[in-house]
Amino acid sequence: MIMEDLKYCAADYKSDQYVRWCPGCGDHAVLNVLHKAMAELGVAPHNTAVISGIGCSSRLPYYMNTYGFHTIHGRGGAVATGFKVANPEMTVWQVCGDGDGLAIGGNHFIHEVRRNVDLNVLMLNNKIYGLTKGQYSPTSDRGFVSKSSPYGTTEDPFIPAELVFGARGTFFARSIDVELKISQEVMVAAAKHKGCSVVEILQNCVIFNNGIHNYITDRATRAERTIHLVHGEKMLFGANLEKGLVQDGFGLKAVTLGENGYSIDDVLVHDAHCRSNFLHQQLAMMDGHDLPLAIGVIRDVEALSYDREVAAQVAEVRAKKNLKSLRDLVLSGETWEVK
Amino acid sequence: MLEKTNVKVLDRVVVRFSGDSGDGMQLAGNIFSNVSAGVGNQISTFPDYPAEVRAPQGTLSGVSGFQVHIGKGVYTPGDKADVLVSMNPAALKQNVKFLKEGGVAIVDIDSFKKADLDKALYSTDDPYKEIGLKGEVVEVPMTSMVKAALEGSGLDLKSVMKCKNMFALGLVCWLFDRPLDSALRYLHNKFAKKPAIYEANAKVMQAGYDYGHNIHASVSTYRIESDAIRPGTYTDVNGNTATAWGLILASEKSGLPLFLGSYPITPATDILHELAKRKDLGVKACQMEDEIAGVCSAIGAAFAGNLAVTSTSGPGLALKSEGIGLAVMAELPLVIIDVQRGGPSTGLPTKTEQTDLRQALYGRNGESPLAVVAAASPTDCFNMAFEAARIAVEHMTPVVLLTDGFIANGSSAWRIPEDDEYPAIKPNFVKPEMLEQGWRPYMRNEETEVRYWAIPGTPGFQHRLGGLEKDYRTSAISTDPANHEKMVQARQRKIDLIARNIPNLEVQGNPDADTLLIGWGGTYGHLFSAVNELNAAGKPVAFAHFSYICPLPANTAEVIGRYKRVIVAELNNGQFADYLQAKHPMTDFKRINKVQGQPFLVKEIIDGVTKFMEA
Repeated sequence: MIMEDLKYCAADYKSDQYVRWCPGCGDHAVLNVLHKAMAELGVAPHNTAVISGIGCSSRLPYYMNTYGFHTIHGRGGAVATGFKVANPEMTVWQVCGDGDGLAIGGNHFIHEVRRNVDLNVLMLNNKIYGLTKGQYSPTSDRGFVSKSSPYGTTEDPFIPAELVFGARGTFFARSIDVELKISQEVMVAAAKHKGCSVVEILQNCVIFNNGIHNYITDRATRAERTIHLVHGEKMLFGANLEKGLVQDGFGLKAVTLGENGYSIDDVLVHDAHCRSNFLHQQLAMMDGHDLPLAIGVIRDVEALSYDREVAAQVAEVRAKKNLKSLRDLVLSGETWEVK
Repeated sequence: MLEKTNVKVLDRVVVRFSGDSGDGMQLAGNIFSNVSAGVGNQISTFPDYPAEVRAPQGTLSGVSGFQVHIGKGVYTPGDKADVLVSMNPAALKQNVKFLKEGGVAIVDIDSFKKADLDKALYSTDDPYKEIGLKGEVVEVPMTSMVKAALEGSGLDLKSVMKCKNMFALGLVCWLFDRPLDSALRYLHNKFAKKPAIYEANAKVMQAGYDYGHNIHASVSTYRIESDAIRPGTYTDVNGNTATAWGLILASEKSGLPLFLGSYPITPATDILHELAKRKDLGVKACQMEDEIAGVCSAIGAAFAGNLAVTSTSGPGLALKSEGIGLAVMAELPLVIIDVQRGGPSTGLPTKTEQTDLRQALYGRNGESPLAVVAAASPTDCFNMAFEAARIAVEHMTPVVLLTDGFIANGSSAWRIPEDDEYPAIKPNFVKPEMLEQGWRPYMRNEETEVRYWAIPGTPGFQHRLGGLEKDYRTSAISTDPANHEKMVQARQRKIDLIARNIPNLEVQGNPDADTLLIGWGGTYGHLFSAVNELNAAGKPVAFAHFSYICPLPANTAEVIGRYKRVIVAELNNGQFADYLQAKHPMTDFKRINKVQGQPFLVKEIIDGVTKFMEA
C-alpha cells in the first residue's frame, strides 16, 4: 500500500459517471461507504484499482475515480490476481456478487483465498441474480422460489464464510448494507490486512428479492439478532448489551448476564488474530436465529501473501544467479562455435 | 579405425531410437543430436512418445521413439530412418514403418525371447518376416553385454538395465564417427550430482562404442557431411524453449516485465516450465487454477502494464475464448500461445496438427478480430514469439501465436542472436501532455487506430476498462447503435493496419515457376525440402510460407496472382486454403491435406504437387 502525504476526501474517489443502480438498491450505500473508506485509508486514487466481474454489483468500478476494470462473469478474481502479482504496490479491490463470486467464479474465489493474494474482496450478497432478473443464486436458501425455481430450490446454499475458512482464508468480515459505520470499519480493516480479505455485505435487492435480510436488518430486533464483534472486546449484544456469547462444550451459547449464574466474566473476548479458525467459523456460522448473526471482523490473521512471495522469490533468484540478460543465460548453457 | 571399415559418405542421415517409454530413448537421442551439432551438422529432432506416462513394459502401447536427422540441408527430422535402434520387439514392430528400404535395424537380441514376442503380440517365430522387415538387422546382445560391463559395480539389476540406452548410444556414436568424449561430457552434466550413475553409464557407453568397433566388418560406417553454416555461437533448442526465450527477449526489448498465466497442458507445458525457471531473469510465471484463470490473470497483468502471456493447446484455447474476447474489447496487449495438437476435444494430445487455425481466427463471440501469427520451425518459435509480443504491444491487441507439437518438441541448432539483431519494441504509452488535451482511454492514434496505454499508478490517468461497448469519443459505456458499428470498424481497421508493420511475403524455390506451393506454420521444413527436391528434379515450383496469418502480408494478393497453379498444403482439412479462398475468390486453391496427427512426409508433398502439375 502506498501511503500519500496528501489527504483525500470521499469525493476524490468518485467518478463523473451517472450511477445506474435501481433507486433503493443496497449497492448505493456500499459505494458511498467505499468512497469514505478509501479516503480514510488515504491511498491515492491513482494507486488504487477496483476490479469486478459481471452483475449489478460489478458495475461499481465505473463509479470510482481510480483505475478500474469491469471484466467478465466470475473472472474478477483471476484478473485481480494477475494485476496484483504484476504490480504489488497497487491497492486492489475486487467487487463481486454471490452469483459472480460463488457460482461461475467459485473456482477463482477459493483459489485467490487459498493463495492469500493481497486483495480486498467485497462480496455483495443479495441471495438472487438481479441483472438477469430474478433467478436463485448459490446463497439462496433451500426451497427458495424464484423464476428459475418456481416450485422452490432443491439444493442447499453456500455460506460464504464457510467457503472462506475451507479455503484457509486469513481474513473474513461481514456487514450489512444499512450498517454504514460497521461497513466502513470492516472495509478499512480489510485493506490493512496483507492477504486476501473477504468482506461479505448482506445487501438488499429492492426489485427481485426485497426484504431478504429483513429478519436481520429490522430495526426493532437488529440488536437482538446481530452481534458486532471487535477484536479484544467482550462478545456482547442486545439493545443494552445485556447478552453475551459463552463457550458451551464444542459450541457457543447466548446467555443473558445475571441469569442462570452467568456474569460478564463468562463472556468470550473476541480474538480475530487467533490462528486456529475453529471459533471464527463457529461465529461466522451464526445466522441470527438461535445465535445472533456476527458482523464486524471475524478473522484477521497474518500470513504470507502470494503476490509478495512471487516478487520476493524473483528478487532472491535474480540475486543468486546474477544474469543480466537472456543472452547471458543462453551463453551459460551448452554452446558451440561455428567459424 | 574408420579407414579399415567400409565408410559411406552421406549428406545426411536419419537415426531413430525406439524402446519402452522408460528406456531413456529421448536422452540417448538428445545426446546424439547435441554431439552431432557440435561437429557442425545441422540437426532436427522429433520425439514420438505415447500419451500414457508408463504403459506396461514391452507392450505396443508403451513404445517411445526419438528421431534425429543430421547432416547438411536438414530442415525436418526426416521422413524415414537410415538406422533404427529397437530395444525390444514391440519397439521394432511399432517403428519398422519408419525404416527406409535398405536401412539398418539394430536390435537388442536378448529381449527377443518368446515371452517378449508374445507381449508384443507376434504370432510367428520369425518376427522380422512377420512385420515385413527387409533390410539388414544387426542383432546385438545388449542386455548381457551391459550386465557384463557392470559386473561388480554394486548396482542393482534395475539400475544396470537403465544403462542400456547408453550402450545403444555408444554403438551409434561409433557407427557415425561421433566423438565419444563430447557424448560423455553431456552425460556428465546430466548426472553431475550422481557420480556413481555417471560412472556406470559412461562405462556402458564405452562398451557400446567398443562393441561397434569390434564388429566393424558386419556393418557399414557412415560419415556425415557438414554444412557451411553461418558463423556464430550455437546451441540446441526445442520449439517450446525457443518460444519462452523469444518472449524474454521481447520483454527486454520493450522494457516491460514478463508475466505468464498458464495451466499445464500437453504439448505446451514446457513453456510454463521454462518461464517458471526464468525467475532468474525477472519473469513472473504463475500456474493458475485453470485455463480461464491463466488467460484472465494475464489480462490483469496486461492492465497493470506487463508484457502478458498465456500458453496452452487447443482445448485450453477453447476455454480461454471469453477472456480473449475481453482483451479484444479492452484493447490490451496479450500474447496467447497455442501449441496445436490433434483434436477435436482431447483428441490426440501428444500428436501434431494444424487444426486450430479457425479457432484462433474466429473462436469468439461478436466481431472480435485479433492478430494471428505462426512459427515455422523450432528455432523460428523464437522469432515469432518475439513478433507476437511486438505486434501485441505496439498495436494494443491480443495476438495468437500458433506453433504445434511437432516443432514444440522438435529441436534444431540455433545461432544465438547478437544484441542488436532484434528491434526495440515501442509500447504506445500515453504522454503527460495528453491530460490537458482531453485524453480518454479509447482515444486512438489516427494513423494506426491504436489506443494509448496508461499504466495504473500513473497520476491523473485513472480510467475504467471493461467488456461493455463504449463511446468512440468519450470512452463512457454506450449502447448507441451507430456508435457500436463505428467501434466495431475501428477495432477491425486497427488489426488490418498491422499489415504495414510486418514484412512482405517472400517467394522461395523457383519464383518464375507456374506453380506456387503455399504453406504456413510448422510444416515449413517438409515443404521446403520437397520444393528443393522438385526443383532439382526439373519440376519448377515456387514456394511461399506464411508466418503472418492475420493480417496477411500486404503483398499476398500480388504474389498469389502471379501463378497459374496455387497449391496449399496443411495438416488439416483445408482451413488456410478456405481462408485464402474467401479473400482471393478468383484463384482456384488446390489442396494437399493430412489429418493423422503426424507431420507430412517430404515424399507426400512431392507426390501431391507432382499430381497437380501433371493434371
